Amino acid sequence: MEKVLFGYLALAILLSALFAIFSRNVVRSVLWLLVLFLHQSVLFLTLQAEFLAAIQIIVYAGAVLVLFLFVVYLINLREEIRLPKFLGSYPLAFIAVLSMLILAVAGLVGFVPAKTVGSLSPGAILKVGHTQILGEHLFREHILAFEIAGVLLLVAVLGAVVLVRRLREGEL
Amino acid sequence: MIPLSWYLWLGLALFAVGLFGFLARRNVIVMLLSIEIMLNAANTVLAALGTRMQDVTGHILVFFVMAVAAAEAAIGLSLVVLLYKRFREVHMDEVRTLKG
Repeated sequence: MEKVLFGYLALAILLSALFAIFSRNVVRSVLWLLVLFLHQSVLFLTLQAEFLAAIQIIVYAGAVLVLFLFVVYLINLREEIRLPKFLGSYPLAFIAVLSMLILAVAGLVGFVPAKTVGSLSPGAILKVGHTQILGEHLFREHILAFEIAGVLLLVAVLGAVVLVRRLREGEL
Repeated sequence: MIPLSWYLWLGLALFAVGLFGFLARRNVIVMLLSIEIMLNAANTVLAALGTRMQDVTGHILVFFVMAVAAAEAAIGLSLVVLLYKRFREVHMDEVRTLKG
């Protein structure tokens, strides 16, 4: 049963990614990516990661894609439908992707997973919940990284504001 | 129980799709979308390995990848807006000031 679910999710994720890449209309690309993110969050649920599923929807589908849609609407892309989609050198991209695939498949064929660590056992997830385990480890062991991520987001927000502000005459 | 390797293959295929989109599309916005697809592929693999190895670090890494992806999208899109203000153009092969 869950293998059928995984098959459906994998098919939907790959197809929506392909549609997003190959569609001519950028708004459609963004909406196909929304489909991808929703399926991805169900994929996180099949991995018993309910917190990740929630923030996948909140951050990606709620924040990032809305940002993308705003920029697409700010920019006039009326002629986009008639222009070529791909760069002139796109056969080279096929070669790059193919060589990446060959290398990665060679590595993945002989893949053996390491021993389990045990800090996220299924019993503990059932007992106290995924969010609590993640929070405890995040705020005990990775608190510095958490703070740095906060500063990074602040810098990104300020940088975005500084980049697109309107300049008056004589400034800069 | 879904085998771990299925998730890894799915992540690889998704990454390949995103890489092709990043290298081949002309539109900068679709290139940024392709970066998001590639980050999602990495997230899939990290979450799968974290769950199967019962290691919470994988899931915490996914959390940080999402934070960095949000920052990257904000900066990247403001650069797209700047590019459009300056050149009235969002296609990568039309912007060739550096090429001379």
